[in-house]
Amino acid sequence: MKPSIILVAATRLLVVLLLLFSVFMLWRGHNEPGGGFIGGLIGATGFILYAIACGADATREALRVRPEFIAMGGLATSLIAGLISAPFGDAFLTGQWLFFGGSEGEKGFPISTVLLFDIGVYAVVMGSALSIVFALEDEVE
Amino acid sequence: MEPLLAILVGAMVAAAIYLMLDRNLLRFLFGLILISNAANMTIFAAGRLTPERPPLVPVGAKAPLTDVANALPQALVLTAIVIGFGLFAFALVLALRAYDNLGTLDTSEMRLAEPRSENDT
Amino acid sequence: MSWLLILPILIPFCTAIPAFFAGGNAQLSARISLAGSAIGLVAALVLFCQVHDQGVIAGQMSGWAAPFGITLVADMLSAIMVVITAITGLAVAIYALGEIDDNQSELGYHALFQILLAGVTGAFLTGDLFNLYVWFEVMLIASFGLLIMGGRAEQIDGAVKYVALNLVSTILFVSGVGLLYGETGTLNMADLSRAVAEHPDQGMMVLISLLFMIAFGVKSAVFPLFFWLPASYHTPSFAVSAVFAGLLTKVGVYALIRSFTLIFTSDPGITHTILLWVAGFTMVTGVLGAAAQSDFRKVLSFHIISQIGYMVLGLALMTPLALVGSVFYLVHHIIVKANLFLIAGISEKLTGGSNLYKIGGLYGAAPLLAALFLIPAFSLAGFPPLSGFWAKYILVKASLDTQAWLIAGTALVVGLFTIFSMTKIWAEAFWKEHPDEITPEPPMDGTALWPRYAAVIFLALLTVAIGLVPQPFLELAETASAQLLDPSAYIAAVLGEPVEAAQ
Repeated sequence: MKPSIILVAATRLLVVLLLLFSVFMLWRGHNEPGGGFIGGLIGATGFILYAIACGADATREALRVRPEFIAMGGLATSLIAGLISAPFGDAFLTGQWLFFGGSEGEKGFPISTVLLFDIGVYAVVMGSALSIVFALEDEVE
Repeated sequence: MEPLLAILVGAMVAAAIYLMLDRNLLRFLFGLILISNAANMTIFAAGRLTPERPPLVPVGAKAPLTDVANALPQALVLTAIVIGFGLFAFALVLALRAYDNLGTLDTSEMRLAEPRSENDT
Repeated sequence: MSWLLILPILIPFCTAIPAFFAGGNAQLSARISLAGSAIGLVAALVLFCQVHDQGVIAGQMSGWAAPFGITLVADMLSAIMVVITAITGLAVAIYALGEIDDNQSELGYHALFQILLAGVTGAFLTGDLFNLYVWFEVMLIASFGLLIMGGRAEQIDGAVKYVALNLVSTILFVSGVGLLYGETGTLNMADLSRAVAEHPDQGMMVLISLLFMIAFGVKSAVFPLFFWLPASYHTPSFAVSAVFAGLLTKVGVYALIRSFTLIFTSDPGITHTILLWVAGFTMVTGVLGAAAQSDFRKVLSFHIISQIGYMVLGLALMTPLALVGSVFYLVHHIIVKANLFLIAGISEKLTGGSNLYKIGGLYGAAPLLAALFLIPAFSLAGFPPLSGFWAKYILVKASLDTQAWLIAGTALVVGLFTIFSMTKIWAEAFWKEHPDEITPEPPMDGTALWPRYAAVIFLALLTVAIGLVPQPFLELAETASAQLLDPSAYIAAVLGEPVEAAQ
């Protein structure tokens, strides 16, 4: 079945928006509702929409990397985030914080292993959701 | 609120078991997703339903200022939903594969791994 | 201290990632997996030595205090199970060098295998019921992937039943967790031990404990919840089914032992009586089911069920000696069962089939394999001086001590039937001539058989060692049993000293 031209045209815009929104969700997840899991799902939705409009093969090409690799990369990122606490003598997964430009009374710009962990979760969720969807698409075709 | 939720969970479990007793694999899976949502609802209700605020600590404070909802069951439900979602997606792909490979979704017809008579193999 | 506890879980995870990215190169991937398993065994042994010297150790991940944080605990039972998991993992990783082909490697066999090991180890080390659920799922998802790898119709068929019943058990488990949290307000196992005992409504606690019993019962394949096991265990590749047979059901047994010695001990009149009946029926149905089978691995699958009955028996009796028997049986069974499945793999490679009536002549073709088969087979049936004899002996003695004549008799008769099944495999696969008048030959396609033999010999030596020198293993099992029956050291290690808890 040929996908409708409206869907294909709209997808090009929507995919960008969805991916941007997914990163936004990931970013705000630390102190407000959001986070890596929901971000990853939204990101996956973007590619799933693309797969519906243009087919699984085109999406694979657009992704450039196998979704399983994204998931495994995410797992590695999360593990690293947990392991960073080792040199500081803390327990596994203890959050480590770095404040850029911090001064008296001013916290500065915080970078933490918690965010790194969340990025890992984002990749795991996106990768595994996409690999399942691709498996389904392949079965149907 | 809890009794109402308990009745809802009961109804969901009843419907789920009815579906799961079916021979059709797809209906079984629908039953499964229904019962897993009933389980999630149970956890949610186990944390007590309160008309309080979300469990967020405002900027500058070290603890929530007013009574807040119990955050732990919500975290548990979230984890359970995530895992349930993953497992269910896998089960769906498996059902599709089963239909492709075995040509049926009737579980009593799926006798390849356990043939009725050993000499069939 | 907490790093010591997390390392046996982290190492398989860290191995899985390079093993997955190297998946296209089967040899490299298999070697990474092997190296990871070897390092994992070292980490497990270090943990074991610490527990042996210092008693129960506990750690809080990410530094949140118990009962709120993620707790890992290792008492003697956990430490023993972690070591035995690492040993099985190493043996199967060696075996996989010979069996896993490029295709399976590219699909991620080695990565999934390592994640499975991580899940199993996590389940043994966690000190929190909800995390136990999460580790069960890690294990389950990895096992799904391994089970359908290759995608033959038979595998899909087995997987449907495996997935369906395990998902039901998962949901019962999570409902139980929810209800228990609602009643007690905690999920930390050490904290629960106190909270459940003090709870005013003990009837409710028994009811919840039954939910857990059913959930863990499905996982450990006890009567009447075992039907997924013989439906699926004979379908995947041999390296996969060996690690399933050795470890997966035993995690269920471990969870039963843990929850019914630490948490739900208030009304053993109900829970442990049910467990006793379950144990008896499991032993009998398993062994009778095996007698009717003609496939090498199906016979072995039914024997897993029958053997689970023995382990549950020890838990049901709840005497110090009976628990020693359970722990000893767990260790013995994991090694022996994994080994038998690996031997089934070699025999299939040599004879080209696994239906016992259609193969034969292995004794003449591979006398070494025949000798190696006899060790785990006789151990399974309980011949002295192999490990199975001591395990059965302790359990039967424990049941006689409590005047449980019926169950002691059942255990002995089931042992007899086990010999029947093992003799049947021996007679059909090894002793009789091949029905097609051909002599089984090692395939000439250059497939290396040595890694497979190495794995089998490694496990067989362990069986012999436990059998000939049972004393140190018995002492370890006694320590484990003492800690199970008196969980105060466990609780103190997790929650801190009682004085601190009161503040």
